[in-house]
Amino acid sequence: MTALDRPADPLVRPRTTSPGDRSVTVLRTGPQALVQDLGRPGHAHLGVPPSGALDRPSLRLANRLVGNPEDAAGLELLLGGLVLRANTSCTVAVTGPSTTVRVGGRDRDSPVHLRPGDELTIGTPSRGLRCYLAVSGGIAVPAELGSRAADVLSGLGPAPLRPGDELPLGPPTGVPTGADVLPPLDIPDELVVPVLLGPRDDWFDDPAGQLRTGRWSASERSNRVGLRLQGTALARTAAHRGRELPSEGLVTGAVQVPADGQPVVFLFDHPTTGGYPVVGVVPPDALPLLGQARPGTAVRFRPHG
Amino acid sequence: MRLRRSGTDAVLVEVDSTGAVEAVRAAVQAAALPEVVELVPAARTVLVTARPGGLPAVRRLLESLRPTDPVDLPTREVVLPVVYDGPDLDLVAATAGLTPDEVVRLHTGAAYAVAFCGFAPGFAYLTGLPEPLRQPRLDSPRTKVPTGSVGVAGEFTAAYPRSTPGGWRLIGRTGAPLFDPRRDPPALLSPGDRVRFRAVR
Repeated sequence: MTALDRPADPLVRPRTTSPGDRSVTVLRTGPQALVQDLGRPGHAHLGVPPSGALDRPSLRLANRLVGNPEDAAGLELLLGGLVLRANTSCTVAVTGPSTTVRVGGRDRDSPVHLRPGDELTIGTPSRGLRCYLAVSGGIAVPAELGSRAADVLSGLGPAPLRPGDELPLGPPTGVPTGADVLPPLDIPDELVVPVLLGPRDDWFDDPAGQLRTGRWSASERSNRVGLRLQGTALARTAAHRGRELPSEGLVTGAVQVPADGQPVVFLFDHPTTGGYPVVGVVPPDALPLLGQARPGTAVRFRPHG
Repeated sequence: MRLRRSGTDAVLVEVDSTGAVEAVRAAVQAAALPEVVELVPAARTVLVTARPGGLPAVRRLLESLRPTDPVDLPTREVVLPVVYDGPDLDLVAATAGLTPDEVVRLHTGAAYAVAFCGFAPGFAYLTGLPEPLRQPRLDSPRTKVPTGSVGVAGEFTAAYPRSTPGGWRLIGRTGAPLFDPRRDPPALLSPGDRVRFRAVR
């Protein structure tokens, strides 16, 4: 599965803005900071992955909190760790796993209003992987194929953010909704992942039984392309051992089983086609938590259908 | 034709040939159901993804299809200018028992169709390759194939929209703008398009 290992080849960097425009400046990032929205579905027939935030409910919530449409572009912050400076008045919200939010060195609750010159510091969450940041007006880098999402597989969208990047903001369109109570995302110690069998469950011996009794952990080779699992090897039927599958279309959530039997659950930057059998598909509701699974997290499947 | 479930919102249609793949793809496209989000042809399958709740309408359409029915969709023909100076041109000629010039005549003389896209944005797998040019991939893939490279592998020929690793035997290069994310449509080639190659210097 070479596609998973293909290096991203980013085509564009965020543009710099002219004085007077609304913007924020990135001063420091954690391990990976990406612009994300709800992606660019509808182009899979051209080989373009859907992309977009892995934990979509967290991005939608952050956008609502600052008065943006839910599909506005925000930032996806692997292990938090972002410092940015506001160059204009704006409201920001941080969602996803619980972390600290500081403005000018003082702990603040999110959403929080920033004045020009204010520095926002997002801490590192103790659980989970990806925090989301929304800014009123949304991140307004140029869209590609209708989306501003950074796709690590195909290289579409803006490059990973670096210190010094100035991000343009759109005009604020709504009133921040605020929140009485913002419950932090609950990250379980063990993920129990529902999976609907098919389309190639017939390639495996007792697929429901193997999925139910197997035990895995999230591999450190996981990324936005897929959650790679290590543990029980899924065995094919005698008739399918050594057989090759002509490449076929993949959906987000597909549980693909390469020749070594170690499953990969495809996330939103997945290749549009693949040549290994897909034993089942994780439904959309269960995908956000997969993007929050740290390497080593225990994973089980709950097959049905 | 067999329908296989692919999660809560998609169905994988399995057929016997690339011709039947194109027939199913064209029929679903022609039906223009608002429920269809993605329509992804591949070697022997067509993946149809519906928006939430839209799968029953998609299944009803698919169950009414006969892949042999003719579909009246306008087809586009795209001509790709190619400089035939690829690093594997001599290898392809030797494997086919031809001269390089004969390889060029065969490759430019055939009519191709985009069977499907994949691997990278805008990478179109073209069917219609003459038999002598159907050759295996390189034993060891290149870590970097230059943008615009034109190659052959198995029953397919293709042009690389951008520089990626790749194991196809390269016979030439094209300057055609194959993929531009700022353009609408972004890809020069889309499933169902007809394609020809023209030799240029």
